[in-house]
Amino acid sequence: MATEERHNPFATAQPAGDGTTLDQQERERLRAQPLWRVRLKLLAGTLWNNWKLFTENKIGLIGLAIILFYAGLALAHPLLMGRVWDPLIYDPVIGFDPLAAPHPAPPSAQHWLGTDPLGRDVLSQLMFSTASEFILGMVAALITVTIGTSIGALAAYFGGWIDTFFMRLADLVITLPAIVLLIVLGGLFTLDLPLLALVIGILSGFGATTVIIKSQALTIKVRTYVEAARVAGGSHWHIILRHIIPNLLPLTFLYMMFTVTDAIFAEAILSYFGLLNIRMSWGLMIHTTQSAGYLLNFQTWWLIVPPGLSITLLCAAFYLVGRALDEVVNPRLRKR
Amino acid sequence: MARYIAQRLLQIILTFFLFLALSYMLLEAMPGDFSQLFLQDPKLTLAQREAIAASLGLNRPPHERFFRYIGSFLRGDLGVSFQYYPRPVVDVILERAPRTLMLFISSTVVSFYVGFFVGKLLAWRRGRVLEYITTVGGVTLYTVFTPWFGLLMIWLFAFTLDWFPIGKFITPRLWRDAPVEANVVFNRMLLTALVVSIVLLTWFILTRRIDTRRRRVVHWGGMGLGLTVVVGIWGASGLGPYALNILHHLMLPVLTLTLISFAGTMLLTRNSMLETLREDYITTARAKGLPEKVIRDKHAARNAMLPVVTSLVFSLAFALSGGVITEGVFSWPGMGEVLLTSAVVQDIPMMMGALIFTAIFALLAHLVVDILYAFLDPRIRYG
Repeated sequence: MATEERHNPFATAQPAGDGTTLDQQERERLRAQPLWRVRLKLLAGTLWNNWKLFTENKIGLIGLAIILFYAGLALAHPLLMGRVWDPLIYDPVIGFDPLAAPHPAPPSAQHWLGTDPLGRDVLSQLMFSTASEFILGMVAALITVTIGTSIGALAAYFGGWIDTFFMRLADLVITLPAIVLLIVLGGLFTLDLPLLALVIGILSGFGATTVIIKSQALTIKVRTYVEAARVAGGSHWHIILRHIIPNLLPLTFLYMMFTVTDAIFAEAILSYFGLLNIRMSWGLMIHTTQSAGYLLNFQTWWLIVPPGLSITLLCAAFYLVGRALDEVVNPRLRKR
Repeated sequence: MARYIAQRLLQIILTFFLFLALSYMLLEAMPGDFSQLFLQDPKLTLAQREAIAASLGLNRPPHERFFRYIGSFLRGDLGVSFQYYPRPVVDVILERAPRTLMLFISSTVVSFYVGFFVGKLLAWRRGRVLEYITTVGGVTLYTVFTPWFGLLMIWLFAFTLDWFPIGKFITPRLWRDAPVEANVVFNRMLLTALVVSIVLLTWFILTRRIDTRRRRVVHWGGMGLGLTVVVGIWGASGLGPYALNILHHLMLPVLTLTLISFAGTMLLTRNSMLETLREDYITTARAKGLPEKVIRDKHAARNAMLPVVTSLVFSLAFALSGGVITEGVFSWPGMGEVLLTSAVVQDIPMMMGALIFTAIFALLAHLVVDILYAFLDPRIRYG
């Protein structure tokens, strides 16, 4: 194995389509390159192929466009605050515009999305929250997926008491009251977004996601190539890291996207019930609207539509990208 | 298999007690306690408040309360609710559970049926414009902000169009001189639904071997007969109008919940179905010259059902805990509402009681799913 690794895979004689070997010059050129560069090229080629597959799916592109749009909003906010907007008026939390009264004021040239019942700029709130929603979703998803994949693979591969332990732990996590847990944590710590992301990531990672990933890993474990690797003398870690986890990645990707959606949604619901202690978020914007009594007042649409639509759009976007990625990594889902 | 089930049951009991201990400690760890709710009342003296705390046992050290709770749980006593004092916890649960079960089981079944049906069609005719519209629409509804969507539905269908009543689960004026309590009717409705589904399932299994054309007549005839019998019995019992009143209140929440959640089943069915369509036996079925509809429904959809069934079982298990949001928006006095209020006012016995029932169902559901897997897919074995 080790000697083969050192050789450049392209350097060995390879029959081309018409039966002749590769051109001698070409082979020399390839041999001159270090292995990592060839690997990088191969990786780039794979990525390019996958990107082409991804763009075939219009639904995924729509999702990607929405995500990029919100990423742009998030990046633009600090710039606008620093250069264009007066912090006294446009600060998302403590800003107030005395000239636009009475609040909530409808959209105008100064406030593109109007002001909220407390006289703060809605667009600024929306853009400020976007960054935290992204961080929340990404952190929660990464934690979930790391825990879920590693435990799922280990539990499925080794079985026995490891499997039993983690599956019963999953049962326990699924049945524990999440609202109470968050209230308790809110009493012990200041429940800000990174901590919330950690809690959601851990709960989801040890809970339902692990069960699903493990059941997928079980079906991979019994495939013939895993048996072949074992017969060839591959160690446990080699089989898990090189065969099981790479084959779990498609499902992992999908659940990463689902966790992003779940985390953003959970934050919105928790803020809506006033259970979180954070400065500004989309859920909090809806909470402010509701507690001021404007929730179903269709004359003041600019209070509810921007955050409500943003939650739906961003969650849906991650969902759509997840679905498109699923088709990229799972050849069985592709069109014939 | 028997050994596996026995092992799992033992593990379930262990997990359950761990869950019991952990949940109780979590609830105890919440800042403050129930007696502090009366801090807002200036007329209540400190001595009176302490008396309240003492009468509820809140002045005892936490570990003593914990062991007392476990002790009474083992004796089958779930204690008395603080907020509904002096009603026993079991009493409150028995009152609330049928309402929640009625709402969530019907909406779960409807949304799984719709989702499975739509997902099947989407996989079958993939790549059409219809698929894109349905997927984007379904996903948007799936990720819509639930409280707002619920209120919008109420505003549209109950307030503006006046098709359905606004919130609540019965019309008080109609029920004022009703011969029985609402819950009796609820329980009978649940029983009717259970009996009807068992009878229909047996009927379908019994008539499985009749040839296709005659079977359709037999199936629809059986369903019609069953429906007639049910309507006849309810009409004769004199409770018909009350049941209809409940159904009328049930429609809008079920419609809303279905719209929100059918997309999950739809996407799951679609993916599972697309994988199944690649199997060799589908090609074989095509080569045999079977009609497309038979291939779709008998060969592909049935084998694509496995993950859908799994998720259905899990959803049904969590039907009891209800939905805090949905029940809040539709002012449906069920278990979700109890769970939220008892978490907020720290009514520990009530909270524990509600959690225990949900946990038992969830733990058993995981076992049922594992057994079902081995049953539906013989390739999976348990040693």
